[in-house]
Amino acid sequence: MSNPTIIKVAGPLVVAKGMRQAKMYEVCRVSKDNLIGEVIELHGDTASIQVYEETSGVGPGEPVELTGTTLSVDLGPGLLETFYDGIQRPLKLIEQEAKSPYITRGINVPGLDRKRKWDFKATAKVGDTVGEGDVLGTVQETTLIEHRVMVPPGLKGTVKEIKSGNFNIEEVVAVIKSDPEVRSPNPEVLITMLQKWPIRIPRPTGKKLMPSEPLATGMRVLDMLFPIARGGAAAIPGPFGAGKTVTQQSLAKFCAAQVIVYIGCGERGNEMTEVLKEFPELEDPNTGEPLMKRTVLIANTSNMPVAAREASVYTGITIAEYYRDMGYDVALMADSTSRWAEAMREMSGRLEEMPGEEGYPAYLGSRTAGFYERAGAAECLGSDDRKGSLSVIGAVSPPGGDFSEPVTQNTLRVTKVFWALDAKLTYKRHFPSINWLQSYSLYTNMLGGYYSKEVAEDFSSNRVRASEILQEESKLEEIVRLVGTDSLSPKEQLTMEVAKMIREDFLFQNAFDRIDAYTSLKKQYRMMRAILTFMDSALNVIEQEDFDFSKVQKLPVKEDIVKMSFLPEEGMEAKFDEIEDKIHSQMNGLKESGSGVSKAAEKVEAPATA
Amino acid sequence: MSTAYKTVTDIAGPLMIVEGVEGVSYDELCEIELTNGKKRLGKVLEAREGMAVVQMFEDAQGATTEGTKVRFLNRAFEIGVSEDILGRVFSGSGRPIDGGPNIVPEKKLDINGAPINPYSREYPDDFIQTGISTIDTLNTLVRGQKLPIFSGAGLPHNQIAAQIARQARVLTDEEIATGVEAKEGKTEKADEKFAVVFAAMGVTFAEAQYFQQELEKTGALSRAVMFINTADNPVVERIATPRLALTVAEYLAYEKDYHVTVILTDMTNYCEALREVSAARKEVPGRRGYPGYLYTDLATLYERAGRIRGRNGSITQIPILSMPEDDVTHPIPDLTGYITEGQILLDRGLHQKGIFPPIIPMGSLSRLKPKAQGKGKTREDHSNMDAQLTAAYARGVEVRELAVILGESSLNDTDKAFLKFSERFEKEFIQQGETENRSIFKSLEIGWNLLTELPREELKRVKDEYVDKYMKKIDNG
Repeated sequence: MSNPTIIKVAGPLVVAKGMRQAKMYEVCRVSKDNLIGEVIELHGDTASIQVYEETSGVGPGEPVELTGTTLSVDLGPGLLETFYDGIQRPLKLIEQEAKSPYITRGINVPGLDRKRKWDFKATAKVGDTVGEGDVLGTVQETTLIEHRVMVPPGLKGTVKEIKSGNFNIEEVVAVIKSDPEVRSPNPEVLITMLQKWPIRIPRPTGKKLMPSEPLATGMRVLDMLFPIARGGAAAIPGPFGAGKTVTQQSLAKFCAAQVIVYIGCGERGNEMTEVLKEFPELEDPNTGEPLMKRTVLIANTSNMPVAAREASVYTGITIAEYYRDMGYDVALMADSTSRWAEAMREMSGRLEEMPGEEGYPAYLGSRTAGFYERAGAAECLGSDDRKGSLSVIGAVSPPGGDFSEPVTQNTLRVTKVFWALDAKLTYKRHFPSINWLQSYSLYTNMLGGYYSKEVAEDFSSNRVRASEILQEESKLEEIVRLVGTDSLSPKEQLTMEVAKMIREDFLFQNAFDRIDAYTSLKKQYRMMRAILTFMDSALNVIEQEDFDFSKVQKLPVKEDIVKMSFLPEEGMEAKFDEIEDKIHSQMNGLKESGSGVSKAAEKVEAPATA
Repeated sequence: MSTAYKTVTDIAGPLMIVEGVEGVSYDELCEIELTNGKKRLGKVLEAREGMAVVQMFEDAQGATTEGTKVRFLNRAFEIGVSEDILGRVFSGSGRPIDGGPNIVPEKKLDINGAPINPYSREYPDDFIQTGISTIDTLNTLVRGQKLPIFSGAGLPHNQIAAQIARQARVLTDEEIATGVEAKEGKTEKADEKFAVVFAAMGVTFAEAQYFQQELEKTGALSRAVMFINTADNPVVERIATPRLALTVAEYLAYEKDYHVTVILTDMTNYCEALREVSAARKEVPGRRGYPGYLYTDLATLYERAGRIRGRNGSITQIPILSMPEDDVTHPIPDLTGYITEGQILLDRGLHQKGIFPPIIPMGSLSRLKPKAQGKGKTREDHSNMDAQLTAAYARGVEVRELAVILGESSLNDTDKAFLKFSERFEKEFIQQGETENRSIFKSLEIGWNLLTELPREELKRVKDEYVDKYMKKIDNG
């Protein structure tokens, strides 16, 4: 049989013959430059390979070498704080290896540092019976995260040897004598801190759980109106300039997950540089440590090879799953999944597959669903009843901002939260620019129990009221546009006023202000309660005959409501009590002053306006 | 020298199929000698065993299947560069057209470049003063940014781009510290070198001349490099033109420490050339017939802007594109907007009102501005002013629409104030002369002056202390 050789090169697609032994998704080394590629199609003796590096200068006749493994990632301590490309090569090492600020070809660097020593503390003992997912020992990976070294999936047996101490990730820390029931090629399995996992196969878990706790994000519009659950999946579609990336970055900074995996998929280089510059400086609001200590960054910018872009989301989610398996709450941000879909489209086009909608491959829907389905809350493998969750938040960049396009639609079919970004809001400088009428969350009912127990009994009912007020406002706005404000009843005017408060004083949030950028659930609840208290107590007042509504608008307490968002979290309860007292007393003042005065005031003004 | 193949079997549009070839690699450059002795450049789009698909960069006219010779050069398309390249004019495929000698290259560079490692990038955060209020104040241009101008047929995008190229400069340390514009002659920051690289793709002769003259006027031509492919030049050459320009820009910026401004016009023509090649290859088309890889292809151009850690120079890109039917959702502006760091949007309505530059705040955006505004970069009140002016103008425009339906008399006093504000904003803030070079401080002053139209309690986006500090100054004066 002839050695595998290239017979065709067209962009990232390379076809080779003599590939009878190749397996689907097997990694191979292409050409004399040793470019990394993956087999994606087999036809008898020939195979189509998608190459993760630039193929310029590669020609027919050059060799292909099969590696026997599928595309896998290195899992072990050292993932956190690292900045990877789409196929888990640390970009810092690429720079060192290339001795250039450009990414050159054929660079082969390991995903994890093989030399670095870690302080491994054994928690299992010799003689323990262990099964897949059981924790053998721990490593303090960063100040925030304790890395749990687990028994790899599929293995069961007794610990024959285990030792604490300083090891690199390839040194053996434990030996497990495998159970005779489990048919295993070797009776004794050597355990290192390094494990590998193929990126296209979801890591196994125990029982999947229904999400029941919210993933607090500190963003009021999300937490209050459209919450995502721990283990949930959310989509943020929006045209360019509507704030997808800003929202994703805010989430990566403030959401209450323990580990963050941030994937910049086919996006701008400078954005990743910004994350890289900011995260080590920013403090995690939950722990006070630098955010970078809990973050893994993956960047395959738009000008980097397109095939690696396709792989980058899988690389990211496999790393995320690994931390979930340790029992952590993990959040993964993918910005943007549209670029991932486009990478699939590009490869599909080059393979001359029959195109589906808008040129996307017919399997776009199933691949999208498969990706988001890897999110979820679950009991981890292992006997200690750990629970972990993986929440996935995918940005979608619909062409022309048209949500009816295939990527958005396929994403919405599998995600339960939809945060619609609205360019009109950004023009008005309303941030975060999430449209409150279009967006939705299907988790609100599942999370109701948590809110009543942990925050307040009426948290959920307040949400419903706030949404109703905003809906009502949009209807009233149309009337106002046609016939003016004067035609509204006092009650309707109040609705408009309160809706304005909700929009400007609650939903509007300044991501650049230290206090305003992050709001706890408790504070959010009090802010909303204050606004609704204002509404309730105003209702009693405005019913008076000939009441001049502008008096309500001019109440001094409104100034306090405007400034609510800047109240520090500490001691805020007392401050909010004060505001509510003020609302009551000032409204009562309006009641007592009666309606006569307002009439007189109107009479005086009348000639001036006529 | 490699063998010359006389085995051309097919010629279709810009594509040529050569058979019986050996040792040809993907993306390799080739030289095509026509029967009349003329030479053309081309590159390999697909390399198979014994066959290559070649895309010509120049006109296929006169090419024949018999007699045409193809030589594969065993290298990618390269351009020879040295600092002498400044002040020169080249054709769209990189041949000197100014009558000057060929460049004696210091080195030869592959025009495709290589992706910059995001880890090696430096985040751009230096303010560039363009002297145009709407850009400086609301859509701040940053050194190392890629900020396109979204225009339409008949809109003055060329004038704006030329004005930016003429006036762009950074503030001196003294200006930042004092908040006062430096006197003429003291505006240059010491030890900084500037260059302009200009690439014209499919523009008219008049447009290309306009830029040349504008640069000549200010003496900037001696530090400019121009690549010109006019509308009557070969279409496929346009695919190489921006790459040549950016390769030169990278050389000047990262090896010779220049701060380079790259102007690419018109990207729409570039994309159409790409579509032509794609159609000739019978590829599965994406939206509106553009190839599915349009995003990736554009990214390999736009992402070549930026700054690199440890290098002094920078590349600031100002691509210009005309939107067919002024439609911002057309694939070209749409995909561009997803790659670039914002956009300057020109508005026909403003243009028809006689306002220059017709840059509309709604829809225009500079993503890098937060880090380039404020204390230490411009002036402390800058970002507040930006937010307030944009929000107030957006509301003013809304009120104007309302007034059309209900009549102006039905507006309340606040709305009337916003209406008046928006009228003055267009006439005093957006409007400025083609040669008027407004400092950022002047622009902010105009901003504060306009804000006096609005009731104090409506100024929600500016801090009280700034109102006291800067608005008062204006009241007294």
